[in-house]
Amino acid sequence: MTKFSWRKAAVMAAVIPLMALSACSSTGGRQPEAGSGGGGQVASTPRMKVALITHAAPGDTFWDILRKGAEEAAAKDNVELLYTSDPEGGRQAQLIQQAVDQKVDGIAVTLAKPDALRDALKKATDAGIPIVSLNSGADVWRGIGAFTHFGSDENLAGAAVGEKLNSLGVKRPICVIMEQGNVALDSRCAGVKSKIPTTENLFVQGTDMTQVSSTVTAKLQATPEADAIIGLGAPFTLTINKAVESLNLQDKVKVASFDMNGELAQAIIDGKVAFTVDQQPWLQGYGSVDALWQAKRAGIHVGGGLPVLTGPSIIDKSAAPDVLKFAQEGVR
Amino acid sequence: MTQTAVQPTARDERVTRKSPLQKLLGRPEVGALVGAIVLFVFFASVSQTFIQPNAFATVLYGSSTIGIMAVGVSLLMIGGEFDLSTGVAVISSALTASMFSWYFSMNVWVGVLLALVVSLAIGFINGWILMKTKLPSFIVTLATFLMLTGLNLGLTRLIGGGVSSPSISSMDGYQSARAVFSSSVKIGGVDVNNTVFIWIAMVAVASWVLLRTRVGNWIFAVGGDANAARAVGVPVKATKIGLFMAVGFCAWVLGMHNLFAFDAVQSGEGVGNEFLYIIAAVIGGCLLTGGYGSAVGGAIGAFIFGMANKGIVYAQWNPDWFKFFLGLMLLLATIVNLIVKRRAELK
Repeated sequence: MTKFSWRKAAVMAAVIPLMALSACSSTGGRQPEAGSGGGGQVASTPRMKVALITHAAPGDTFWDILRKGAEEAAAKDNVELLYTSDPEGGRQAQLIQQAVDQKVDGIAVTLAKPDALRDALKKATDAGIPIVSLNSGADVWRGIGAFTHFGSDENLAGAAVGEKLNSLGVKRPICVIMEQGNVALDSRCAGVKSKIPTTENLFVQGTDMTQVSSTVTAKLQATPEADAIIGLGAPFTLTINKAVESLNLQDKVKVASFDMNGELAQAIIDGKVAFTVDQQPWLQGYGSVDALWQAKRAGIHVGGGLPVLTGPSIIDKSAAPDVLKFAQEGVR
Repeated sequence: MTQTAVQPTARDERVTRKSPLQKLLGRPEVGALVGAIVLFVFFASVSQTFIQPNAFATVLYGSSTIGIMAVGVSLLMIGGEFDLSTGVAVISSALTASMFSWYFSMNVWVGVLLALVVSLAIGFINGWILMKTKLPSFIVTLATFLMLTGLNLGLTRLIGGGVSSPSISSMDGYQSARAVFSSSVKIGGVDVNNTVFIWIAMVAVASWVLLRTRVGNWIFAVGGDANAARAVGVPVKATKIGLFMAVGFCAWVLGMHNLFAFDAVQSGEGVGNEFLYIIAAVIGGCLLTGGYGSAVGGAIGAFIFGMANKGIVYAQWNPDWFKFFLGLMLLLATIVNLIVKRRAELK
């Protein structure tokens, strides 16, 4: 082994930043922010504590948007927002228990695994904490004591995609599920299938984009009659679209999507992706925190005993330009 | 049975010359090779598409994204250690490159080089803590795995304001970096992703190091018995730290591919992949206890995984059973591997 030379290291330490300075990118990259326009007036109500407890896996863009909505509502309503999440039902129940222990003034919770959460939520209602459910649980939210639900019906959203694809003349779509055994994703594809019975499901490993790409490529090679492919999340659709392009199938296979992000909005504008169906996660986060504030303010219950639907809204080439800016901000 | 005395003319079995066939059967990867052939013939018979060149290119691409990491992981396992942080380390590397270039609006290559430094540093830290504390590598790298998972998410949100890195596709140096890490080469009318060639080159280099250099002997020695190796003058510490850094290098290569293939990286990706790399190495004949194995074996293991993974799709089987078939096939491949190896050792 050669000896480590401090002199060499010092030279490197001096030279590398110099090289870096001369290597600035003229395009792309972070643009200096033009002063944040936010801020504004904060509600004069006393500070309250709201827990937002989701089943999100860390690092998912969808939940990031939802969280931003909740944070914005919290900032306006003078709410201290406690955001926690755990994809596993039992541990999500423990998070609810912890929120009850902290004597929060309201709980916003996703009901992906309602049975696991029932007991913990019972403790919350016993302690007189108002509950709003969001995102998942459209059929169970009443039973667990929530006064309303902010969400979009996944099956309905799937059916909307199916209808839209039907109108585009699609006969054999492939629905790409990136997490096997996820109820919400299954019902999206089931919704598509309810309108186009020949819909086929494909499972990919969502934690590895290279596997998503190569498995989609394999599926398209094996199914030459496929004429549409549906991604169930914006980043996955973008990867799927690249696979379609690398096979030179973009004229034959239409790409459709669920959910939204900045790059997806751009891809829709560019005509690479036909459309997406958005459930407006930002509104789910914002609405549920705001509803809890209203409940605290004067016992006001939004929804009138019915769920508040945040989608589905279809965004195609004509609607995408209006969404683009906000999608890039991470609000849509 | 009556005991017969050992023939005085019999030669010591350790110095008898083996026939080339016996030599071949004694190699660590031969079991995996048989398993791979069986799997290939099987899928070729159930699916017409599977044997078409473009489908095969897809299988190779899928294999290469496992195989690139399996090269480093195989060497490390021969050296007697584990690394559970590899799956997320790939994403850490990709995130470093993209976030750094994006935040400072730099040429993408600066981020790429910084990512290399960071990846090697992660490997170095893994190895260094391991040698300092003498803790099992399972524990040390499990800790690194958890910390990197947290850092990936925390730093990405802090710097980029979102959970996925911003797209860098319009930045300087992107096109050339993409050409290096994620492009395709046309061979006989079929687009083959260049990760396949990177993979093969890395396997070749690793095999050469293992079989033809002093460092290769050191790796086998530290994996077989670290104390004995130290006693005969093998630099155990440097070898093991070097192995972890080699794994870091592989993570960098794959991380750069992930970044330039998809422009943006999601911070939650990569979790769970560390097991695929270890599985590939084990199928390929690397012993979990160290001291035995080969780089080619890890490559064949990755290839088996790629064939099983894509073959199920080409065979158009009901996707509900996908994971089950995958597990079953891995089990069968490993059993074939085991049987062939035992047979070879008996001869």
